[in-house]
Amino acid sequence: MKTVYVDNNATTQLADEVRDAMIPFLTDLWGNPSSMHTFGGQVKKYIETAREQVAALIGASDPQEITFTSCGSESNNLAIRGGAEAMDKPPHVITSKVEHAAVSGPCHYLEDRGFRLTKLDVDALGDLDTGTLLHEVKAGKSLTSIMWANNETGVIFPVSQIGELVHEYGGIFHTDGVQAVGKIPMNVSEMPIDMLSLSGHKLHAPKGVGALYIRRGIKVKPLVLGGHQERGRRAGTENVPYIVGLGLACELAGKNLADENSRVKAMRDRLEKGILSSCPGSRINGDSLHRLPNTTNISFDFIEGEAILLMLDDRGICASTGSACASGSLEPSHVLRAMNVPGTAVHGSIRFSLSTYNTEEDVDAVLTELPKIVTRLRELSPFV
Amino acid sequence: MWDYTDKVNEHFRNPHNVGKVENPDGEGQVGSLACGDALKLMFKLDKDGRISEAKFQTFGCASAIASSSALTEMIIGKTLEEAEQITNKDIANYLGGLPKQKVHCSVMGREALEAAIYNYRTGKTWSKEIDGEVICHCFGTTDKEIEEAVRTNDVTTVEDLTNTCKAGGGCGNCIPELEAILKRITDEIEAEKQKPLHKPMTNLQRIHLIEDVIDREVRPALRQDGGDLELIDVDSNIVKVRFRGACSGCAVSTITLKDVVEARLKENVSEEIVVEEVK
Repeated sequence: MKTVYVDNNATTQLADEVRDAMIPFLTDLWGNPSSMHTFGGQVKKYIETAREQVAALIGASDPQEITFTSCGSESNNLAIRGGAEAMDKPPHVITSKVEHAAVSGPCHYLEDRGFRLTKLDVDALGDLDTGTLLHEVKAGKSLTSIMWANNETGVIFPVSQIGELVHEYGGIFHTDGVQAVGKIPMNVSEMPIDMLSLSGHKLHAPKGVGALYIRRGIKVKPLVLGGHQERGRRAGTENVPYIVGLGLACELAGKNLADENSRVKAMRDRLEKGILSSCPGSRINGDSLHRLPNTTNISFDFIEGEAILLMLDDRGICASTGSACASGSLEPSHVLRAMNVPGTAVHGSIRFSLSTYNTEEDVDAVLTELPKIVTRLRELSPFV
Repeated sequence: MWDYTDKVNEHFRNPHNVGKVENPDGEGQVGSLACGDALKLMFKLDKDGRISEAKFQTFGCASAIASSSALTEMIIGKTLEEAEQITNKDIANYLGGLPKQKVHCSVMGREALEAAIYNYRTGKTWSKEIDGEVICHCFGTTDKEIEEAVRTNDVTTVEDLTNTCKAGGGCGNCIPELEAILKRITDEIEAEKQKPLHKPMTNLQRIHLIEDVIDREVRPALRQDGGDLELIDVDSNIVKVRFRGACSGCAVSTITLKDVVEARLKENVSEEIVVEEVK
């Protein structure tokens, strides 16, 4: 059975080019970049090339503004915990109710240590309540962390507008760009963004590497102490093969941006329209006007997401769900709850997220199988 | 990814007895869309009062569908009195076990059965509030359901309780109350265990208990010294035993008889017990 992978917001396939570029650093070039000898020291320049590649994708003006980390979650922790603890006075921490756990986790960590925390609402389309944000940023210097694009719905937040408000009142603005980087064009040097997190495995680099953009002049207190690496911001011998991989993946992502926003977007749109027309009682979750080109989140009335997902899985189709049952908790996705998705639909959401590796055949496969599954589960449901 | 058993997967993918029974004798529905799962169960009885037909409709995940399918298979052919004995644990066991976060699916099956039988007997629609007070308002879990969940599933923590009957899985406001209820019930269970002698027992149960106490509390100590003990007879409160191995003919066997064998039996079975040695 062919695998139809439409779960690219969860993780992505490692690009062949990226894998090939990493191999030399797992075989011959295994030296320590901090070594004084040529054998080790020669490796350092590859790290710096990777730094330039990452900076280029996001539009950072100086590669030194890029700090390599082990993953997107570490980047978020470093930005939020490290950022807040480096500020002169404990800031007011502002975030949203739809953040990834890697942002809400460190925000709650700060709250437990006495920082004031405000979590902003979203509306039924998943758009941010910027009115409340304005009210909150006025109340003292903030460290505001709002995601660029939502992992579950793909909804894009107006980060420029948010950053301007935060800066106007002297705050620092971090954005979790894990889902946005490589999917939409960006130029952080011209935007009011102080820190941006990104993750390798969401853009065809391997798992285990990420980066944090820290604008020149912004201070962060390191989480990992005990070494001079990454200019003291993140101690530990550099993960050279993965950093090299991330660099190349960023370069490739830059080249693929046009494809992502044309061909991939067209496939997503065809998938979405096909599902909505072939499955009655289905609806899009999230603002389809401000959305990543690769993501669609669709709810099916009166049926449950885990059951849909397992039946898709039987047919080789990999997607994900915001259903409570699939996560082992009893409450459905915090994102859909924050959006007040109706009770008939909140347990029956499926996210499809595409990448440049998807084909029209993948879309056809989902469009052939999904309506049959929905019909089958509705036959079982007492509410239909 | 859940570690579902083959049986769960089989009942999820090819559920048995899906649909509605025409002119059912009893029907019950539990759960709701907002709760994330719901089950409607209908049955028909034959002339001997046995369930001849049972069908279900379920909104829920794989284990909810599998639990519903299993339930219908388990009750067909049973009288209502027999069916009533089925616990959520029996449903989970029928499926070869459920992941602990999914135990509440089997509880939903047990409740739907209760609701359908109630409907048959009273002609009314069952609701949780009929014989319980709602403690968890997010999921509408009552004190009665909580007690049943704790007693049937050996629940010891609030987390397990949430997995079993959903209570506390929403806003979490009821967690302090759940902790108090859980403590009360586990204390009660503990106290019940402490005094088995107050329970009326049949002779057979009494003999089993005596054998059990000897096996558990007496024999291991004797065997360490190369001896053993055989239960010969139980005549109301007179328990006759014979020493074996190193114990038979041991100078201190009378002390062993009174201080160990009789003491343990008095403690665990009845104060009235007298142990006599048969040579």
